[in-house]
Amino acid sequence: MTIGSDEPELRALMLAGLDGDDKSHKSLLTRLSTYLRAYFRGQLVRIGRGPSEVEDLVQETLIALHMSRHTYDRSQLLMPWVYAIARYRLIDYLRRTKFAGLDVPVESADGIFADDDVAAVDSGIDLMKLLDQLTPKMRQSIQFIKLDGLSVNETAARTGMSPSAVKVSVHRGLKALSLLVRERKPS
Amino acid sequence: MKTDDLINLLGTNIEPVKDGQLRNTLLVALAAGAATALCLMLLFLGAPDEILGGQYRSLKFLGLIFTFSLIASGTHFLLKAARPGNSNRKPLIFIGLLFFSIVSAGVIALMLSHPSSWGGMIFGPQWAACLVCIPLFSIAPFVSLIWALRKEAPTNLAWTGAVAGIVAGALGAAAYTLHQPAGSIPFIVIWYAGPIAVFAIVGAVLGPKLLRW
Repeated sequence: MTIGSDEPELRALMLAGLDGDDKSHKSLLTRLSTYLRAYFRGQLVRIGRGPSEVEDLVQETLIALHMSRHTYDRSQLLMPWVYAIARYRLIDYLRRTKFAGLDVPVESADGIFADDDVAAVDSGIDLMKLLDQLTPKMRQSIQFIKLDGLSVNETAARTGMSPSAVKVSVHRGLKALSLLVRERKPS
Repeated sequence: MKTDDLINLLGTNIEPVKDGQLRNTLLVALAAGAATALCLMLLFLGAPDEILGGQYRSLKFLGLIFTFSLIASGTHFLLKAARPGNSNRKPLIFIGLLFFSIVSAGVIALMLSHPSSWGGMIFGPQWAACLVCIPLFSIAPFVSLIWALRKEAPTNLAWTGAVAGIVAGALGAAAYTLHQPAGSIPFIVIWYAGPIAVFAIVGAVLGPKLLRW
């Protein structure tokens, strides 16, 4: 990952996202995922890990970037912050999966170079399965707010929770999800 | 799961983030820890007899300057360390210098006085109370700082934990010295700086476990 000429544009997207703009935030995460994919692919292939793990790490890092949004200092450059989170997630991932994935069969080595359009690749993370492990309140809130795109007030009306309880459930649910993602059994 | 699906999930109906949220969380935790330490001091030891330290006035101020410098520089470090990719070693160097200065001053004070008075300087007024109270007063600030840092994203967990330990230990020592000033500089070195250093080690060991995210 290099700190290139994209920095001002990405930083502007980040700042708009911090102010609550969905579109900017999505566009930021989409563009960062390309950077992250290239970064993790380089790092993992170098140490003989399989390319299938790249997408897992990209997704773990996107979750971490989202959950740590409030730790970005608006007066600083964006990419060093992104890079530090990516590096932290990589080290954590390697520590966690020390004994997994080292026996990548030779045939799958083709995949390392063959497939450039990996954005369409599925990660080993099964969101629906993980959602099932949340409490009903958290699952409902995430389903309505994050997946169906309903507003907080609509969700509150449907679930009988207060609007602030809905917000808290979404936040706690995402936090619990990010923990589940990291603690899942290697696929 | 496809990455685009994840991005859609994360980016739908996002909450705005208030500027200064991280700073406020840490400072509130620090204030809550300090208030708890102060209350425990008043509860266990009662109001200080001589708020200005009486005959130990200069030592009281030295103790307060030492501990408050540690709290200020440690907090400065934590405010940076709580953000990924934002490490700042200057406060660490300053903390090292503070410890070095107080230890040097303690050694010089011992050298300037007769060896027969060393025992009285080191085991000054109520050293045992000091040994119990400073760690006791430090626990609440340590817990509240770790709680706050767990909401953030520190990337250097051992150092972050160690400095949280130093700030907590210094808060405990400050609360103690408000009640009962040290009797000599070597007393400050052994019974104030010592427990603070132990808290730093505890923080460095626990940091990687407690602060992981």
